[in-house]
Amino acid sequence: MSDMPHELQLDRRTFMVTTTGAAAPVLGAGCATTAPRGPQGASALPCRLTVNGRSESLTLEARSSLLDVLRERLALTGTKKGCDHGQCGACTVHVDGQRVVSCLTLAVKCDGRDVRTIEGLAPDDGALHVMQQAFIDHDALQCGYCTPGQIMSAIACVREGHAGSDDEIREYMSGNLCRCGAYVAILDAVRDGARRMKAGGHA
Amino acid sequence: MRDVHYASPGASGEALERRAASPGPDTRFLGGGTTLFDLMKLGVEAPTSLVDLTRCGDLQTIHADREAWRFGAGVTMGRLATDPSVARDFPALAESLWKAASPQIRNMATVGGNLLQRTRCAYFRGTPAYPCNKREPGTGCSAIGGAQRGHALLGGSEHCVAVYPGDLAVTLVAFDAVIDVRGPGGQQRSLALAELHRDPGSTPHLETSLADDELIVAIRVPRLPAAKASTYHKVRDRESYAFALASAAVGLQIEAGRVIDVRIGLGGVATRPWRATLAERHLRGGSLTRETARQAAEIAYAAARPRQDNHFRLELGMDTLIDALMQAKERL
Repeated sequence: MSDMPHELQLDRRTFMVTTTGAAAPVLGAGCATTAPRGPQGASALPCRLTVNGRSESLTLEARSSLLDVLRERLALTGTKKGCDHGQCGACTVHVDGQRVVSCLTLAVKCDGRDVRTIEGLAPDDGALHVMQQAFIDHDALQCGYCTPGQIMSAIACVREGHAGSDDEIREYMSGNLCRCGAYVAILDAVRDGARRMKAGGHA
Repeated sequence: MRDVHYASPGASGEALERRAASPGPDTRFLGGGTTLFDLMKLGVEAPTSLVDLTRCGDLQTIHADREAWRFGAGVTMGRLATDPSVARDFPALAESLWKAASPQIRNMATVGGNLLQRTRCAYFRGTPAYPCNKREPGTGCSAIGGAQRGHALLGGSEHCVAVYPGDLAVTLVAFDAVIDVRGPGGQQRSLALAELHRDPGSTPHLETSLADDELIVAIRVPRLPAAKASTYHKVRDRESYAFALASAAVGLQIEAGRVIDVRIGLGGVATRPWRATLAERHLRGGSLTRETARQAAEIAYAAARPRQDNHFRLELGMDTLIDALMQAKERL
């Protein structure tokens, strides 16, 4: 990320929302957010989260989900909103190293905790994390919407020691749905990514 | 969703004090939030104040000795599922945890909160367009006469046929688990898990025997010989990450071919965690074969009241129990 304040950065999503008249009502209806950009309610709490290694001081309403805070306040839109009810896994991130669904995580629960998103995986030299590269090499996606969650879940799956067999990978990746049905290639990618993580000392 | 006050105390005593400071049903204890926050988004739950328990260090302990296990209510499902002593000595308990939800949700959800998980009945979770006696007492039950493929075979009333969706409690109820509960003044009481969940009767909105301001602090399970040869068999619409169409928690103790002890809990088919006491009695003292298992299953489901859409789950539930008994026998 650059040093510009988040509000001033013009990313693809902001461009779409602000310039496409038809998009606004669609987004408003389909992606109701719990994290207001504007004034906070009376119960707002000062919180400090470490997100991808960077300390973030935020005033958060208790009802805001971590997912909405990441996307709407910190402009980290790599984490996707799928169902918003813990059923699809598209919003998977790591909190203190453990995978969780950020849509059902109150952001205030993360005060003082370490949050890692898809944006925080690649090392500073610009190379991708080996699991990201494995998903590309195995073409483990079609539309790509579930992919950030799949990758965050896959890395945790390997670190937990649950990538020992294809059946075990299937069971421990079952919290991440792919509506395109790219499961065969996702399984290949996780199996290969696990091998690369172990070889590279990432696990 | 309306905004809500939030506190995250570091010990359960402080949590109880916080709770006592804002009495009434609109203040709620919060575990991982995987049920409560979900239902807040749906407008089914609308608390004004949350007391988060997940930083209460005294609720995070797992203790095992020769007589019993004791699990702090704030232990996550994921942590307990992988506890070495549980995985080794009580497979049904470990399986009822890792076969529930997804790895992400198990990392969030607490075992205390899981006991209190609310039904997945789509009418309960739906909009006010669908009456629901559980969500709005006295409005009626949309499931009765509506789509009821997933609804209860056992324990339903003319006011509610919503299924209790959890897995852990099904194992716990079969193995005589006890919960420790603390009230606002810190006073503690214990009750059998079998006493925690209520039948829906004419008051399906009253789901447990806990007062609003009581907190589950721990779950205790005696170490029974039947825990070792135990299984939690869960049948779902898909292989993983789904609620049970039918499940069975079973534990066996057999000596010289005779059943000394047998434990049977049924899940996914009843309005609360269901202990099949009469079926257990039928098997005790005799031999366990596929034939006696079938007799036990018929007894376990004798009181079932299937309806048009869920009739298939009667046969499925019996087969699930028979298979669970045979699986447990192989673990002797």
